[in-house]
Amino acid sequence: MMESLEQIKSQIESAILGAKIDIVPNAGPSQQSSLLIDNGHARKVAKFLRDHPALRFDFCTNATGVDWLERVVTKKVKVKKIVEGTEKEEEETQQEKIPGYLEAVYHLYSIEHKHGPIIIRLRTDDRGEGTRLPSLTPIWRSAEFQEREIFDLYGIRFEGHPDLRRILMWDEFKDYPMRKDYREPDDYEYEPTPHDDVLEKAKQHYAPRPQLDGAENITAQP
Amino acid sequence: MTVSSQAERSTVEGSRDETFKLTPRDPSTALGMTSKLEGELMEVSMGPQHPSTHGVFRMNVSLDGEIVRKLKPVFGYLHRNHEKIGENTSYLGSMPYTDRLDYFCSMTNNWAYALSVEKLAGIEVPERAEYLRVILAELTRLQNHASLLGFLLSDMGAWGTPLMYAFREREKILDLFESLSGSRMMCDYMRFGGCRVDASAGWLAGAKKIVDAFPKFLDEFEKLIVENEILIARTQEVGKLSADLAISAGITGPMLRACGVNYDIRKVDGYGFYPRFKFRIPLGEHGDTYDRLMMRALEMRESIAILKQAFAQIPAGPIVNPKIKIRAFKPPVGEAYGRIEAPKGELGFYLISDGSSNPYRYRVRPPSFINLTILEDLCLGHTVADVMVILGSVDIVMGEVDR
Amino acid sequence: MIGEGILKGMAVTARNFVGSYFEKDRLITVQYPEERSPLPENYRNFPFLIYDTDDVEAGLRCVACKICEKECPPQCIYIVKSEDKKPDYMGKPQFYPAVFDIDISVCMSCQICVEVCPFEAIKMDKVFELSTRERFDALLQRKGELSKSNTYYHSIHPIEAAEVDAKLAEAAAKKKLAPAPPKAPPAAAAPSPGN
Repeated sequence: MMESLEQIKSQIESAILGAKIDIVPNAGPSQQSSLLIDNGHARKVAKFLRDHPALRFDFCTNATGVDWLERVVTKKVKVKKIVEGTEKEEEETQQEKIPGYLEAVYHLYSIEHKHGPIIIRLRTDDRGEGTRLPSLTPIWRSAEFQEREIFDLYGIRFEGHPDLRRILMWDEFKDYPMRKDYREPDDYEYEPTPHDDVLEKAKQHYAPRPQLDGAENITAQP
Repeated sequence: MTVSSQAERSTVEGSRDETFKLTPRDPSTALGMTSKLEGELMEVSMGPQHPSTHGVFRMNVSLDGEIVRKLKPVFGYLHRNHEKIGENTSYLGSMPYTDRLDYFCSMTNNWAYALSVEKLAGIEVPERAEYLRVILAELTRLQNHASLLGFLLSDMGAWGTPLMYAFREREKILDLFESLSGSRMMCDYMRFGGCRVDASAGWLAGAKKIVDAFPKFLDEFEKLIVENEILIARTQEVGKLSADLAISAGITGPMLRACGVNYDIRKVDGYGFYPRFKFRIPLGEHGDTYDRLMMRALEMRESIAILKQAFAQIPAGPIVNPKIKIRAFKPPVGEAYGRIEAPKGELGFYLISDGSSNPYRYRVRPPSFINLTILEDLCLGHTVADVMVILGSVDIVMGEVDR
Repeated sequence: MIGEGILKGMAVTARNFVGSYFEKDRLITVQYPEERSPLPENYRNFPFLIYDTDDVEAGLRCVACKICEKECPPQCIYIVKSEDKKPDYMGKPQFYPAVFDIDISVCMSCQICVEVCPFEAIKMDKVFELSTRERFDALLQRKGELSKSNTYYHSIHPIEAAEVDAKLAEAAAKKKLAPAPPKAPPAAAAPSPGN
């Protein structure tokens, strides 16, 4: 049976000095919490997870990117306040602004011991253009195409990847489609039956030709 | 060269466990030919419009005469950004879209997505629904493996005869799907917490009849192709994959088991009542194309065994968990990764929920996409003609590779 | 002997070829469009709206609640609510759709609109021969083409229609038995004249 997440965390921290691991709890019923690893030691931690004889996570199933926008999180914090001369602890709601970042999430299983999954997360500093993360392709070959896909769709550059270029979009494409703030380019394609916001977009591109398309007539007919 | 593929004739090593291996044979074909002429490499694009590339798939191949020196796959021609659509659609609304991922096996796609959402929200599934899911998934596996063998042979030049034999059986299974869910390929059948439509006793009897007639078809099919000398010469010792490279590259499914690695998610995870059925896992020894073909032929027989047991054991009862609402389904905050053994490999869905009715992150782990990682490694040193054979044995569907 | 495997394969093919003259189940091609194989009961292809009595306008079950428009995954339904109300089968005045269009090129026949409709107003049809000669002509199926009668529904989906009718009759009977407002409805499914 696999050890718990806390035990694995302490094993990693004792084996690799300086590695900063946090446990990201998962609130839902699936109980799949993950380990957040700092970028400097990511490759060493990954190698440790793969080669340690009791863990042997030699199979990286899934590598994916997540886009977290800037969020405001409300927390209830106990604050010491002086009320009527005596010190009391009161609960206060505080709002914390978490800046946005991009994440790469890896799901690891072990074929040798048939246990798993372990989920590790790597975070970038910001959501800007030059975000970088260390590539885990030298450790698990399956990350090769998946990290290319994360670069293509999210814009994270992986250092140490053997062949980092776009995989699903064409090479000259500029933007990163899976980001939350992606706006579609305004390359208008002829819509034969537009309505609602597609109708607004259509109206901007050509003068109405009711006898040909019927775009203007849609709401008029029962 | 003697070849045996039927499970009864092969030496069954360790049949007490659940794995068995094929008989060894002597490899007499050479690998890695060298060319005697000097010159430049010729760049050829085995382009997106090609009858044998299983969809719009492109390979930029650098050739030295006829020998492949470099191969870069290019895809994205069928990219519909299914993951972004998933973020803008409700959980229920994404279910018909999952049909269209691997359009050959829509039932298993639905099951993987339903399993992930059930993990995310902690939903239980009634017994009859789980049995129905197993029956439909194994029927899907039967028709997928039969079509794959047919397609591979027609890529090799057998001009559609084995394909039409396989399609005759596939049509019977698709007719079953049509009378149950309303549509042959895009079934949209599973729901969170069960299935959409109940299977009547008449449907189960019809399915049982088809499954009982299937071994006869398999015998005829194998007699048609298995001892064929052309097939053996073209697929043995071609595209050998070692077990270490396969594990590191994340290969799953029959391709991994052809290298001798005993990893089948139905046995490891034990989802969906599979532990109640007795079935064996075929393992290959050489990791070449011939083993990958024979994996599928042997897995079809194991699927028939599972189906017979499922038909015998299926209970009466409800088919959907009554506590789950269809509309305004809001799972709790959290994330989940659910995976099943689809006919092509490990199909997984990674869902992050922020408590609203649309998922925050919706990710498909496509088996065909990841199985293509080592395509270049497999093809180096072989001729151009072998590239098609190797690609056929990887078993890709572009709907899944590009999403 | 070399070539033995190929000869065995050819023997299988030859047996099938000769056998197709004698055994019926070896020849499985259906000569469409002269012959058609029967469609199963559950087959679905495109939605349609149901109206109850013979009157298309008055018997239309749809009350323009717009739930199907919201739940449709590719967003192919387009509804505009009417200004006035008309009585439905239980006598309550309800809105009705002034415009109800479904785009035939976008609809993927996923049947979610049928599942979420609380009024049993939209059901799946079985027509698949919808081709026209013009390219963009008949892409939008409007309310007139979509409305089909309940008897038509019984003819294409007999088992399902019987279940739906039973459910509606049960709902109407329950409403009759419930502590009613001062006006007692006279009969089971007739619309009350209090409009």
